[in-house]
Amino acid sequence: MSQIGPVLVDGVIYSAWLFIAAVGLTLVYGVMKILNVTHGSFYALGAYAGASLTGAWLAKGYPPMLSYAVLLGGALLAALVVAPAIERGLLRFMYAKDEVVILLVTYALFLILEDAIKLIWGVNPYFVAEPYALLGSFVVGGLKYPTYNLILVGLALALAAGLAWVLRGTRAGKLLSAVIHDPEMSRALGVNVDRFYLVTFTFGCFLAALGGSFTSPTVSVVPGLGVDVIVLSFAVVVIGGLGSLPGAALGAVIVGLVRSVSVHYLPQVELFVIYSVMALVLAIRPRGLFGLAEPRRI
Amino acid sequence: MKPDRTPQLLAAVFAAVVVGGLALPQWLLFILTIACAQGLVVLGLNLLIRAGLVSFGQALFYCIGAYTAGGLSRAFGISDLLLQMLAGTASAALAAFVLGFLLARYRGIFFGLLSLALSMIFYGLIVKSETLGSTDGFNLAKATLFGIRPGEAWVRYAVLVAAASATLAAAFLAWRFLKTPLGQLGPAIKDNEIRVEYMGASVRYAIHVNYVIAAALAGAGGALAATTVGHIDPEMAYWTTSGEFVFIAILSGTGSVLAPFLGALIFGAIHTVAFDLSPNTWQMSMGLALLAAIVFLPDGLWSLFARRKTA
Amino acid sequence: MEGLRKVAIAGLLAALSGGVLAQQPVKVGFVMFLSGPAASPFGVPAKNSADFIVDELNAGKGPAPYGKVGFGGSKIEMVAIDEAGPTTSVVTEYRNLVQRSNVDLVIGYISSGSCLAIAPVAEELKKLTNFFDCGTPRIFEDASYKYVFRTSPTATMDSVGAALFVKEAKSGVKSIAGLNQNYAWGQDSWGDFEASMKVLVPGVEVKTSQMPKLFAGQYNAEISSLLGAGADVIHSSFWDGDLEALILQASPRGLMDKSMTILTTGETAMHKLAAQIPDGTVLGARGPFGPYAPDNAYNRWFAKGFEARFQAPPNYASYQMAQAILGVKAAWEKAMAANGGKRPTNEEVGAALENMTFEGPGGQVRIAIGKGHQAIMETAYGMTKRVGGKLTMVSVKRYPAEMVNPPEGVKSGDWIKSGFKK
Repeated sequence: MSQIGPVLVDGVIYSAWLFIAAVGLTLVYGVMKILNVTHGSFYALGAYAGASLTGAWLAKGYPPMLSYAVLLGGALLAALVVAPAIERGLLRFMYAKDEVVILLVTYALFLILEDAIKLIWGVNPYFVAEPYALLGSFVVGGLKYPTYNLILVGLALALAAGLAWVLRGTRAGKLLSAVIHDPEMSRALGVNVDRFYLVTFTFGCFLAALGGSFTSPTVSVVPGLGVDVIVLSFAVVVIGGLGSLPGAALGAVIVGLVRSVSVHYLPQVELFVIYSVMALVLAIRPRGLFGLAEPRRI
Repeated sequence: MKPDRTPQLLAAVFAAVVVGGLALPQWLLFILTIACAQGLVVLGLNLLIRAGLVSFGQALFYCIGAYTAGGLSRAFGISDLLLQMLAGTASAALAAFVLGFLLARYRGIFFGLLSLALSMIFYGLIVKSETLGSTDGFNLAKATLFGIRPGEAWVRYAVLVAAASATLAAAFLAWRFLKTPLGQLGPAIKDNEIRVEYMGASVRYAIHVNYVIAAALAGAGGALAATTVGHIDPEMAYWTTSGEFVFIAILSGTGSVLAPFLGALIFGAIHTVAFDLSPNTWQMSMGLALLAAIVFLPDGLWSLFARRKTA
Repeated sequence: MEGLRKVAIAGLLAALSGGVLAQQPVKVGFVMFLSGPAASPFGVPAKNSADFIVDELNAGKGPAPYGKVGFGGSKIEMVAIDEAGPTTSVVTEYRNLVQRSNVDLVIGYISSGSCLAIAPVAEELKKLTNFFDCGTPRIFEDASYKYVFRTSPTATMDSVGAALFVKEAKSGVKSIAGLNQNYAWGQDSWGDFEASMKVLVPGVEVKTSQMPKLFAGQYNAEISSLLGAGADVIHSSFWDGDLEALILQASPRGLMDKSMTILTTGETAMHKLAAQIPDGTVLGARGPFGPYAPDNAYNRWFAKGFEARFQAPPNYASYQMAQAILGVKAAWEKAMAANGGKRPTNEEVGAALENMTFEGPGGQVRIAIGKGHQAIMETAYGMTKRVGGKLTMVSVKRYPAEMVNPPEGVKSGDWIKSGFKK
């Protein structure tokens, strides 16, 4: 029987990873009402960009401690190059259409990007393990954990705090809240909604790429990396409530802990525990834990 | 008002398939049969889409239908195609009847995602089952019709005719359903539920009925696919399978009961062409095709197109 | 002398005319994963292997007895398609390959699900189909086929071999644990290994069996659980991305140092992740491939040529593809010799392939079970050891084919439970 310490640590690490992976999705949905399937592609793009750039960086002999900055840079590059192109070039013509139609557009884009990634990086796996091992390890309950995992946790916390501050503390954040609640009215009041959409979409995709990039030192970056992340992120944000940032955090924590507990004590149910939690939450609270109520048309 | 010529059109297409099928190559007969199976699922999906509910979990019933057919084949040696389809329809409808009590409460994206979650739970359950072969699935016995197995050269044709007949019946019944007051509630529900209630109709009931019908059709499609392909596996319940059905639904639009079958055929054609021409980048080709369909085929998006975002 | 010369001239004329008739190329369909996660570890190395072998054979450069051009003098024309997609699509594309592209025979399939679905279709279409990689024993245990063959051993061999190795290398083993992907391959691999261990070491304790979702990618919790369980031996049939993620995540935490870890498909990761694999890790290559391949003429030709062309050594998928092609070639030419030099039909090639024994880069292949349609080979396992900075395999143990494959007519599961009764 596993001790409670490792169970909690595993849960926290997984929750942090889930939050980083999923928060961009809920942000984009909350602002633009788009369930962005390319979220998974950006995760993969970030992973590939981060891994290949960091690999090149380390191969050239540059200081390994700066490789974390390179990971960040890779994610930034991936997002800044691709996301605005998608938003300006295609998505903005689709805003008038139905939610589901836009979702399918992003699904089509996802298919295209999958093969685009394959064309650029090939099918061979990339991996860059040094950043993972560089920071040493710590011990909990007799088990060794690489300290790198704390970076993931720290990143998640920083993201959560940062986003909360931006939304509540800055003028741009308040305008964003206005756009979330009523885009038409905001537009009527002179808010440049189009610019908000562009920035939000790019930022949301950047967050996905960040998740991918910072995960890449712990895995082997292969084609298909983004596919499972999509469904996992969907589940987390639905549990928390689409468009709610605290919801995404709570959803990530719940799923992370439940999964950790099931792995340690009940490995047989691990396969569908996340969907069961999702179904259960939806059954009790149809809009997710913190889902915003929507007015009904009369 | 132009008279609705759908029954005549259905009969004409059926005749074309039966007669034309005699001259078509074997591999095309196979593709047409699969198109029938997928078309059945999408026919049901369209009923839900008309009501504003895009289900990302039709694969659940597709898979239930397939595994029912498989179970009959494996446990009882029943290989009759029509029996398998009937059984698949029944078991899927039963499952939908039960699940409908939960799902009829949801709308929009939540309906989609909850249906997805249920389908993935089913997937997980089958994968865990080693008796069912887990992800490898198992094979079905060769199909028979009323106890006869036609000669090898005629099998594909016979299965296609049987499938087309079942499809004809299903499409006709769907068309009739859409003419009833209950069947016409779909777009009304999508537009304004509260007014529908004021009119005296029950939205919950209507959605439940539509859900069961859609599931029944999906179950029939699943059983047909199972026998045609000869093999079933849990991936039939995976969300990507549901995604394919939604893809076809968008391609075809909800304009007519014939649309899903045309959509399925075109989807199959795009898939094969993509495989042939760009085996290393077929996903990209599919994605581009889907985009083109969404952007340039507004007829295909006819009913969704008309919906406005809330102010 | 006169008579002999007449015979010689007659023979020469016959051979020439037969050769002319056989000049039309042989269209061979190749099916493997060219996209998705299985492309990199299996599909692409297999395709590369096919490209290499086909080019060499078409140039007549194969080592004896594979010296003839292509198949019996006819060049091989490759039609390669992607195995990816749902089963419906895989079956559709197989039918298209056979009925629209009109290939003469098919070599392919990595996924066990695909193999199970395709086998009856191959019988229906009467097209000779050689499965080169898929592992499930169910194909020839659940049914008999005339047109379907598999020139590679089943996955049962991997698990039984692993258990035998564990018993020998860790004689005091008391407990085992598993980390396998939660789908048919992982379930069967673990099931066979667990059953074998229970027979070989009665009373062995199973501490935990972790079965994460396929492609989960994050295994911190599973690794913690395994570290906590502290079993003597950990068995894993993980492959590609999951295997590499596992090694990357487990290595800094010391999992593979604490317990003897046996990675049944580990060979595919040994070159790229050499730095992360600690000494004493047991790696499998699904047979006598890669580092376990014998030093025969075929291996020398294949391994060197492949590495020269693709700048990477061939992995076991490459070996399996190579012997699949060579086996078909041998059968084709045997059938030609039997029917007087004419281009053989699928039935004739099948008859020749049944119960055939041939040699390849992995050593001897005996198609001895599954009513003469399923191959068996010896297997090997060894431990890693870094020697002069290079990862080598030491303490290599080989197990003869009969020891790790069930006898004719006996199902794998039953065979293991019976205590490996011969």
